[in-house]
Amino acid sequence: MNSDLAIEVDELSKRFGRFVAVDRVSFQVERGEVFGFLGPNGSGKSTTIRMLCGILLPTSGTGLVGGFDVARQPERVRERIGYMSQKFSLYEELSVQENLDFFAGIYGLAGPDAIARREEVLALAGLADRRTVLARELPGGLRQRLALASAIIHRPSVLFLDEPTAGVDPIARREFWELIRGMASEGTAIFVTTHYMDEAEHCHSLGFIYQGRLIATGPPSTLKRGLDGSLVEVEVESGALMGALETLQAHPRAREAAMFGAKLHVTLDSPERIPGVQAALAARGIAVRHIQAIVPSLEDVFVSLVAREVGA
Amino acid sequence: MRSCIWPIMKKEFIEIWRDRRSLAFVLTMPVLMLLLYGYGISSDVKRVPLAVYDLDGQPPARELVRRFTSTDYFVVTAQVGSLWELRRAIDLGIAKVGLTIPEDFSQNLGAGRTAPIQFVVDGSDSNTASIAISNIAAISQNTELSPRDLRPQVYLSPRPEHPAPIELRTWVWYNPELKSSNFLIPGLTAVILMMLAAMLTSLTVAREWERGTMEGLIASPLHPVELMLGKILPYVIIGLVDVVIIVLVAVFWFRVPLHGSLTLLMASSTIFLLGALGIGLFLSAATKNQQVAFQLAVLITMLPSLLLSGFFYPIENMPPALRAVTTLVPARYFLVILRGIFLKGVGLVVLWRELLFLAGFAVLMLMASSAKFKKRLE
Repeated sequence: MNSDLAIEVDELSKRFGRFVAVDRVSFQVERGEVFGFLGPNGSGKSTTIRMLCGILLPTSGTGLVGGFDVARQPERVRERIGYMSQKFSLYEELSVQENLDFFAGIYGLAGPDAIARREEVLALAGLADRRTVLARELPGGLRQRLALASAIIHRPSVLFLDEPTAGVDPIARREFWELIRGMASEGTAIFVTTHYMDEAEHCHSLGFIYQGRLIATGPPSTLKRGLDGSLVEVEVESGALMGALETLQAHPRAREAAMFGAKLHVTLDSPERIPGVQAALAARGIAVRHIQAIVPSLEDVFVSLVAREVGA
Repeated sequence: MRSCIWPIMKKEFIEIWRDRRSLAFVLTMPVLMLLLYGYGISSDVKRVPLAVYDLDGQPPARELVRRFTSTDYFVVTAQVGSLWELRRAIDLGIAKVGLTIPEDFSQNLGAGRTAPIQFVVDGSDSNTASIAISNIAAISQNTELSPRDLRPQVYLSPRPEHPAPIELRTWVWYNPELKSSNFLIPGLTAVILMMLAAMLTSLTVAREWERGTMEGLIASPLHPVELMLGKILPYVIIGLVDVVIIVLVAVFWFRVPLHGSLTLLMASSTIFLLGALGIGLFLSAATKNQQVAFQLAVLITMLPSLLLSGFFYPIENMPPALRAVTTLVPARYFLVILRGIFLKGVGLVVLWRELLFLAGFAVLMLMASSAKFKKRLE
């Protein structure tokens, strides 16, 4: 076993009756790495995270967290992990400090060490001046940070975050990611699920999950390069958008065409095909305002991967 | 071994303390129920309205009426002048019992003859009627009206042809006044505690599921038994506070004698509470839904505790099948313990079997709820 590996997942699957929620997923996460698990709602993200936290029993395959098997030694796994669930496991009627003391207590922290650690996470989460506020009275962003503080109070070596930024404003999200990166730089392995593609840029490594299957893994830059062909952005008159989309989808040189806000993204074999595409649109009487090759975003990568998956 | 029971207890206490409405409910409900049931179902029939049709009108007749009213069991609500009026008084509900004193009553007494009097009792409320009749009998027999004015006994109709060959002298132990509250209040304590305890914990685990905090607990190294104990112990303490309140009301308000050991009372209450709280905890863990768990808790504790514990109806009078069912009702055993400690002043030597059952029941419920709270979602 590689001692730098915090999470090792091999062919992990979960079936609910006949429904396959997670289908033979394999990946690895190193210490100090932020691993982003991306996919639409219902794609198997939460199911995977729950199996790795020892909450759900896998149907087949293995998952090692901190070197311990999640199916056979869940207690050992639980001692080493922090888990922040989608709903934020906070006690509404308890104050910020009482919540932290509670979580410290159930992880066996006591005495001066518990108090010192509590003060540490209070400072880290920027909640020191709100320690007496009841959890239910905190705004969304602070609730999220309290949930994170509760999940890390026992200094876990692996941290699982299930949609940690859902329903949180953009500034709080940015601050949250800074916290996460900071913890990773101190050696904590972080496994985070999200369906915000822009957040994926904060991760060292990504896994795309779609309908229970891991369709790609790798660092964001590699994934973007891996998108073969070249991505072209087309801007037309707003009234001609649908017509242009149909034309591009029918074009023999265009592999994929999709709406992207008020613009169209088309994947071509190479940038040399741009004039041909422009001509095809002109033939339909569609005036092209602007056309250029662009660097793909992760969303483009995901759309393209899904298209390939569906086509296969 | 590190113990995580205390952090959970502390958290539960804070949650209970901040939920003032529930706390007030928990502390006042036992008193309200004691007063409601203590008075509502008292079988002491006192101050029964009596209509008197006195045809005699002489001092001995008035003395007879006085004997009846001086006991507090009867109160004269109507003095009537005819049988028709007497009937009307009972029809209208002004009186439940009518007393007719014949015109020759004093004369008969004076001559040393048996002096019959007549009672008419409203039988539409059979319970009150039968108790009133037994009270009439008791008062009549004790009416050794003083030799000067009433030499012979006053007999009820129908009057005995011969003096009774056996003289009956009853000696009632433990509750010599046969005060029904002495009998009811200890029983009521069992019923109230059973319901209250099951209700209290029925919400506690289900709430964690509903609010999403359970996942956090499952992902922690917390052991199911630690969670169960941490959840149940705060409520044991609250339950014991209720026991103290109930005992105070019983002793100082209802004047129920407490002959036995207070320590034994508290110890057996603790054991009983553990089992009753375990029922709620089990339902909470099994249903994962506060409302369903709460309603089930009320349903499965209230009626059996009221009807099958011997609180209302004596178990000896039940058909065998039902009697077998009562052996599974924990309140039945606690009731024996409570009546034993309160009224008889007996101790462990007598009550150990009941205590053993309650202890077994508590262990069973706690094990069942720990098992039900699995640390994995399948």
